[in-house]
Amino acid sequence: MKPIDLVKLAERDLDLRRSYKYRINVCCSSGCLPFGAEDVLKAFEQAIKEYGVEKDCKVARTGCVGTCSVGPAVVVEPGDYLYQSVTPENAREIVKEHIIKGTPIKSMLYRNESFFKKQRRLILRNAGKIDPYNIEDYIAMGGYSALMKCLTSMTPKAVIDEVMASGLRGRGGAGFLTGQKWTFVARASGNPKYIIANLDEGDPGVFANRTLAEADPHAIIEGMLIAAYAIGAEKGYIYIRAEYPLAITTLKKALDQANSLNLVGENILETSFNFSIDLRLGAGAFVAGEETAILASIEGQRATPRPRPPYPATSGLWGKPTLIQNVETLANIPIIINNGGAWFAGIGTPKCSGTKCFSLTGKINSPGLIEVPMGTTLREVVYEIGNGIPNNRKFKAVLVGGPSGGCLPEEQIDLPIDYESLTKVGAIMGSGGIVVIDDQSCMVDTAKFFTDFCVDESCGKCVPCRVGLTKIKEIFERIMRGEGRMEDMNLLEELGNYIREASLCGLGQTAPNPVLTTLRYFKNEYVEHISQKKCSAGKCFQKNEEG
Amino acid sequence: MGIGVIKLKINEQEVISREGDTILKAAKEHGITIPTLCDLDGLSNFGGCRLCLVEVKGSPKLFPACTTPVSNGMEVITDSERLKKYRKMAIELILSERIHVCSVCVANNNCELQDLANKLGVDHVNFKRDWNTHDLDTTHEFLVIDRNRCILCTRCIRVCDEVEGVHVLDLKNRGKDTEVIIDLDDQWGVSKICTSCRKCAKVCPVGAIYVEGQPISQTRDKKIAEFVLTRRQS
Amino acid sequence: MLDKFVMQHGHRKDALLEILHYAQEIYGYLDKDILTHISNSLNLPTSHVYGVATFYNFFKLKKPGSHIVTFCLGTACFVKGVEEIITAVENEFNVKRGETRADGKLSVFITRCIGACAMAPNAIVDNVVIGKATPEIVIDKIRSVLGEEKVEAN
Repeated sequence: MKPIDLVKLAERDLDLRRSYKYRINVCCSSGCLPFGAEDVLKAFEQAIKEYGVEKDCKVARTGCVGTCSVGPAVVVEPGDYLYQSVTPENAREIVKEHIIKGTPIKSMLYRNESFFKKQRRLILRNAGKIDPYNIEDYIAMGGYSALMKCLTSMTPKAVIDEVMASGLRGRGGAGFLTGQKWTFVARASGNPKYIIANLDEGDPGVFANRTLAEADPHAIIEGMLIAAYAIGAEKGYIYIRAEYPLAITTLKKALDQANSLNLVGENILETSFNFSIDLRLGAGAFVAGEETAILASIEGQRATPRPRPPYPATSGLWGKPTLIQNVETLANIPIIINNGGAWFAGIGTPKCSGTKCFSLTGKINSPGLIEVPMGTTLREVVYEIGNGIPNNRKFKAVLVGGPSGGCLPEEQIDLPIDYESLTKVGAIMGSGGIVVIDDQSCMVDTAKFFTDFCVDESCGKCVPCRVGLTKIKEIFERIMRGEGRMEDMNLLEELGNYIREASLCGLGQTAPNPVLTTLRYFKNEYVEHISQKKCSAGKCFQKNEEG
Repeated sequence: MGIGVIKLKINEQEVISREGDTILKAAKEHGITIPTLCDLDGLSNFGGCRLCLVEVKGSPKLFPACTTPVSNGMEVITDSERLKKYRKMAIELILSERIHVCSVCVANNNCELQDLANKLGVDHVNFKRDWNTHDLDTTHEFLVIDRNRCILCTRCIRVCDEVEGVHVLDLKNRGKDTEVIIDLDDQWGVSKICTSCRKCAKVCPVGAIYVEGQPISQTRDKKIAEFVLTRRQS
Repeated sequence: MLDKFVMQHGHRKDALLEILHYAQEIYGYLDKDILTHISNSLNLPTSHVYGVATFYNFFKLKKPGSHIVTFCLGTACFVKGVEEIITAVENEFNVKRGETRADGKLSVFITRCIGACAMAPNAIVDNVVIGKATPEIVIDKIRSVLGEEKVEAN
């Protein structure tokens, strides 16, 4: 396929899309499938046939709209009418009323209007709008035009400059400048060079990357291709959790289609650029998401981190220069190329440009997948987008950044979301999880839960993480048995600081965050547990009373 | 100054080293001791025990001396109050992880862990000690592995793979459940691949792998790996 | 079948994870014979293969029960009380988490987040995801796949 063919294809597909008066998008991602999304899809297809409106109305399988708690979700275009908890019976009604008579059924529409108001969907631009199994849908929305622009009119250096100008920072957690990382790998000597797209989203409570892969797989692939062109890589791997079967299927299909259109492979768009992509499956190890452990895992070894230096940028997969990038970072790339780095830098905050996807869960009225500009406050996320806490219960804390993030109290809820602000209060951006906790949860119990998680997921290589976390766990167990001592709080803090400073990799270095932040913000609960053997939330000490 | 020569300071002392060398090597060459447990000359770097962490001026982070390369102008501090505290903590954690009772250990008075505990002034263990028993395997003709004393430094695994070249030993599981295994977690006595070379017993820093009936002072040979590799190269 | 797959991967040592995945798909679990076979065909030390297979939670070295219930113990499921459901199932069916019932009919596994957090708490019974689960729903579902009316309490 030549560049001009891609343009023609895009025009043709866009015309086709516009030829329909209505488009019914049925969300068929992991959140909606268990609630019968497939049946709803079939019901819509059958209904438009029965009513004879196949020429006016297109029914499409799509990825996630974001409102995962009210699935199956269905969006009717034009107007983006979002129907919630749709059943096959509803489907017929919607076709009859909305498509034929032109009157949306108000009683079935999603009720929280503010859910979308504060969001800005760049990465999720196509989520819920295109069929992820159909590459033409992506192309019709301007997909692969950024790749074409790079290959036909930009030098690799110009591409890196554009990414640098955007100020984009890695979305995997640490927030390293993406353009800088690319420069390192581009300059590194050694061939071939590799790219790893990290989709090992192991943080419990986070599903942003999975949703992205299920909704818009080609955005990830296009981002990888552009990165490969910029740094001179020949081979890429998408490392994905085996626990995400639908995302795996979606990516496989997308890769096959991109291969058959010669958008991946050799002489891409009839230029001299070659790049092939393989999928690699994880196997249930949280630590494999760490950037040196992911290398070991792709090489077929135990996923234990390696000491840095050498950094993967100079010595990564099989000792070759390797760019490791979170999939969300990659999905930003096509937008940056198409709109320019300066445009992107204008979104978010000066130090932290762009948007960030978050999975919003826990005790919240409207959980789901959201995307907000950097600098949005936690209050806006919890109370406006998430519509507050169910049953009028009291907000207690918000967990930001997964199991190694921090538990932030009400005083911190006006904090803007950006890398520096979160780090300052003891939390991290992580891969983007926000879990809301109300007064029914106990913070000591919560800190123990995260510690248990990290104990299970520690690779065991270094002493602070392997032994230190186990000791923290034992101290928690002692407190829960009613045998805690006041000195334990001090011991927890000392251990926590040691583990944070002495551990080999990011897992250990961040694992004590929940313990340290709960000690900092919820010390009264620890004191209560230790001195009074009491838990105000009513979570702990229950077994003791029964037994 | 010639290519590859690196000038740095360790504990205020001017030190000349070579490009690519680690802080640990540079320190050792100038008679500066940094405590280590998993490191052994001749074997690949592991970086697991975290005893050799040092401070580098200008960075709040700690750096493992065994894997961090030297660079020009670097100012290293190998001993500070923070480092002392953390090293003691590391030893305490290792001592509390499994069953370490010196008086009934074959390695008593010939043990790197015991020596370090003495040297760093560890006179008690602040943490709950774990008395759960781990597998003891006496099925080999003369080699014994007592996992109750293992500190997971992986010296035995590395020497078996990198020097002897048979890779009989490896680790199973992960985290706190990690154990050194023989073949498919089989008994040592039935291993067809083990060459009974004793190198694992020679390099073990504690009393986890030893030769039955032989005084540990005669078994241990911490220079074996470097010795074999130097011979092999020349 | 397994040999053909190994051949497709050119007997490459770095394909170990792919091959373990495939073998588990065919055989359901990875016993020592299978692991030995894999280590021979990839020319890898058996201890290395065993070490890799036991590092990753996804690989099962013991034969699982004919029916499997997996609970998600991710943060959202924890906050929404999955722990109570697990305990209820353990008591109802007399099987502990991570283990298989003596009659080999039911295994209870724990996984760390299946990513369906907005539907928390989640359970998976024989590959069917149950969102917004309650002890009653899960117990009923397990009963129906086991074909049991009521389990006697021991």
